[in-house]
Amino acid sequence: MAAGAPARLTALAAASVNLAITAWICLKFDYANGANFQFEAARVVLENPKIGFNVGADGMSLIMVLLTSLVTLAAVLMKPVKAGGEALYYSSSLLIAAGAMGAFVATDLFFFYAFHELALIPTFLMIGMRGTGDNRDAAWKITIYLGLGSLVLLAGLAALVINASGTGITTFDMAELRQLAPKIAPATQEPIYLTILLGFGVLISLFPFHSWAAPAYASAPAPTAMLHAGVLKKFGLYGLLRVAVPMLPAGFHAEWIQHLLLVLLLGNILFIGLVTIAQKELDFTLGNSSVMHMGYVFLGIASGTAVGYSGAVFLMFAHGVSIALLFALCSYVREKTGTLQLARLGGLAKFAPFLGLSFAMAAFASIGLPGFANFAAEIMVFLGGFAEKPADHLGPLQITTILALWGVVISAVYMLRAFRKVFQGEPAEVCTTATDLSFASRLPILLLLVALLTTGFVPELLMKAIRPFAQALAALN
Amino acid sequence: MPAYYLEVAVVILGLVLLMLEAFATGRDKRFVGHLALAGLGAVLVALFFVNTTPGTSSFWQFYTADSLAMTYKAIALVCTILVLILGLDYIPVLEKFTARIGGRGAWGEFFCLPVFICAGMMWMASATDLTSIFVSLETVTIGLYVMVTFMRRNVGSLEAGVKYLILGALSTGFLVYGFTWLYGITGQTNLTAIADKLNSGTVATAPAMFSFALILVALAFKVGAVPLHFWIPDVYQGAPTPITAFLSVGSKAAGFIVTTRLLAPYLNAEALTHNATAILLAVACATLLVGNFAAIPQSNFKRLLAYSSISHAGFLVLALGSGATGGFGLQPSQIVAFYMAAYLCMTLLAFAVLVVVGRVTGSDDLSAFNGLHQRSPFLAFALTVAVASLAGVPLTVGFFGKFFVFGAAAEHKLWLPLVFAVIGAAAGFYYYLKVVRNMYWNPPATTPVETIPVALLTKVTMLVLIAATLIFGVYPQPLLHFLR
Repeated sequence: MAAGAPARLTALAAASVNLAITAWICLKFDYANGANFQFEAARVVLENPKIGFNVGADGMSLIMVLLTSLVTLAAVLMKPVKAGGEALYYSSSLLIAAGAMGAFVATDLFFFYAFHELALIPTFLMIGMRGTGDNRDAAWKITIYLGLGSLVLLAGLAALVINASGTGITTFDMAELRQLAPKIAPATQEPIYLTILLGFGVLISLFPFHSWAAPAYASAPAPTAMLHAGVLKKFGLYGLLRVAVPMLPAGFHAEWIQHLLLVLLLGNILFIGLVTIAQKELDFTLGNSSVMHMGYVFLGIASGTAVGYSGAVFLMFAHGVSIALLFALCSYVREKTGTLQLARLGGLAKFAPFLGLSFAMAAFASIGLPGFANFAAEIMVFLGGFAEKPADHLGPLQITTILALWGVVISAVYMLRAFRKVFQGEPAEVCTTATDLSFASRLPILLLLVALLTTGFVPELLMKAIRPFAQALAALN
Repeated sequence: MPAYYLEVAVVILGLVLLMLEAFATGRDKRFVGHLALAGLGAVLVALFFVNTTPGTSSFWQFYTADSLAMTYKAIALVCTILVLILGLDYIPVLEKFTARIGGRGAWGEFFCLPVFICAGMMWMASATDLTSIFVSLETVTIGLYVMVTFMRRNVGSLEAGVKYLILGALSTGFLVYGFTWLYGITGQTNLTAIADKLNSGTVATAPAMFSFALILVALAFKVGAVPLHFWIPDVYQGAPTPITAFLSVGSKAAGFIVTTRLLAPYLNAEALTHNATAILLAVACATLLVGNFAAIPQSNFKRLLAYSSISHAGFLVLALGSGATGGFGLQPSQIVAFYMAAYLCMTLLAFAVLVVVGRVTGSDDLSAFNGLHQRSPFLAFALTVAVASLAGVPLTVGFFGKFFVFGAAAEHKLWLPLVFAVIGAAAGFYYYLKVVRNMYWNPPATTPVETIPVALLTKVTMLVLIAATLIFGVYPQPLLHFLR
């Protein structure tokens, strides 16, 4: 057995079992009852404050669990670029995945928060040890940024919990908080909501707290970038829909916070979109594009409608799969050619047709072409913006949506441009020696592509889980 | 069996060890350490079975065996046991720096004196009278003066000892002066009587606050808080590493139980509580600021842990200052006790790794940890767990400690100190992860990679500490149950 093979086999077995369990849960899930937690289990950890290791899944959790399992398997299928230290390499990937998975199934606010932090140190290690370029600076930046963001978030969550519990026993149980927290006085809800929004915002790379994301993803090794950009970053969005929106309705509906969010998300879509066009390296293009697309999810959340929420959740899934796919392909391009500078690449599709074809499809998905999950998601986000239009004029939300539509054009520009520069045109010197992907290397690509296409052609597969959740959330308002 | 038999047993154990050490010439003195471990272990077991109800004799005016006292006695015993285990690993260094010219090292007492210090710390946990507090506290401090200078052929150790002695004497002066004022205005030495007197409204506030300030300065020396924190980095760096761990955990814990008991009368007296709390919170903020920011540029791991110990003192003082009710239904004293227990696990784990690495590389610098994950993946993992917990990463016991402190502060709306605490915790992420960076990112100093062997006892100890850090980090109920 080759060195590192036991680690790889263990990781593959773990990720496969994970996906199998997820599939079983998807089959057994009671979709009509998707607004409520199912498969619940509870274990009291502390009596006062009331903290429990409670898990369960509703429609949104189910989608995120599916996303995590898919991307985790794809990530551990990616072999390390340089041999040695496989045990640490695979265990880091699994720890990041475990952090995300734990956060998505936790029904206790404490463990929801705690699990996310599990990924902090493995990410730091992976980027620092196996990254490329300015990886050490990037590793410090992402760690400090996310550490600070988490503390801001913690302050917000603590304020939420303490205010909601009042004089009674402080509880972290989400179901109880959902009853208690909306009763907090609106004037108190607003600052708490804002703190939580900022905390999550840093984790999601909301403009202007985005500067950690692109360099970290660009320099991270493939599985870390896939898991972080694809799955872990969705934690913040998930948290907004799970905690901030239902528990602090007065904060969510406060007009000034709404308007602030709309301005910031336009910063994500338009400003970062233009920044992405200016990138000269493929990994930075992808890193920035992942920041940009967060703006759409924010738009879906900000719409406050069932369609918008559905679009947001759907897009979390679609973007997670497509960005993981793109980072996997990006890492193959680097492996085959030794560079990611767009100016030095060209004509790669001629020598690696499978790589070219799959990159084209991933790029189309990222732009949001019909047939891919991203299309279904983005169209719902845009429809959500108009679902509750004032009768006689355009509100701020509608104006934002119209401006955000231009983002689709921007993504088409940078994605197609990147594809053309890397895969088409005159063959560049570095590409002439490139070979196509081996069968083992194609596996993660195929896995993610199939997921994107299946859910793109049959969105109902996901929608039947998302719809009850989104409708219940919208009905709260 | 009354609770004070525990202290008696520990003192007798110390005397027996001292005799054995003195008369067993020509033998390998390791057995002294093993005997001490066995004896302290037996006392630790006995701790759970003693009768804690106070008796009727006047002795119980000086002594209490409440749950807080028992917790701190357990902390003192566990800490001493772990320090002795570290000491066994540290023998090669002791051998080098205690040798007579042309002769062998003399380090037998290294395993006797901590036993007496342990007895002192256990007594501190129970002391409820100004006299017994003073005597027990000096027992500990004088023992530590000797231990800090133990490596007499090492200039750093001697320098550390002198610094510790001078500042220790200064702080003792503050303490006695504070006690005299306190006795002068209340006419009492028993803390319960003092509390009643201070709360009766018949005591002038100005002299009471003066005595508070003097006592606080003296206690700041013991727990490593501003304004008497500046001895910590130098003394920690110079002292033998196991003793540094002892200072950092045992001495600090004993300092905090005395602080808890001594400050309570002031904090609970209506006329004084406002000013006393304000001063305490100011100390907490300054300590958080100094500890965390001064830790950032450190390149020596012992000094880093020294500043980290200051920063943790800041969190603990903040807990004490956050009102009489604490948070989450926990009293401030319980939060402090929980934090101390957590701090014991993670700090001693870090020191255990430092002892092994320091012995092999001959250096305490952060660079000594370069490439540790290739030299010993186990040590690297252990230290990663330790610093993650020290930094307060969730799912480790260190997070719960900070979580309770933050919760108590938030419940009393202490927003400004909370801002300091959050900034401090964020800075902590940076300087603790510097060690992780060296262990995992940097290549080892030598090629081919030399592995570091870990002795069985050390390995087991580390595994226990790792398990405690992680298990209590997810399930802290047993620890809290012990406190309540």
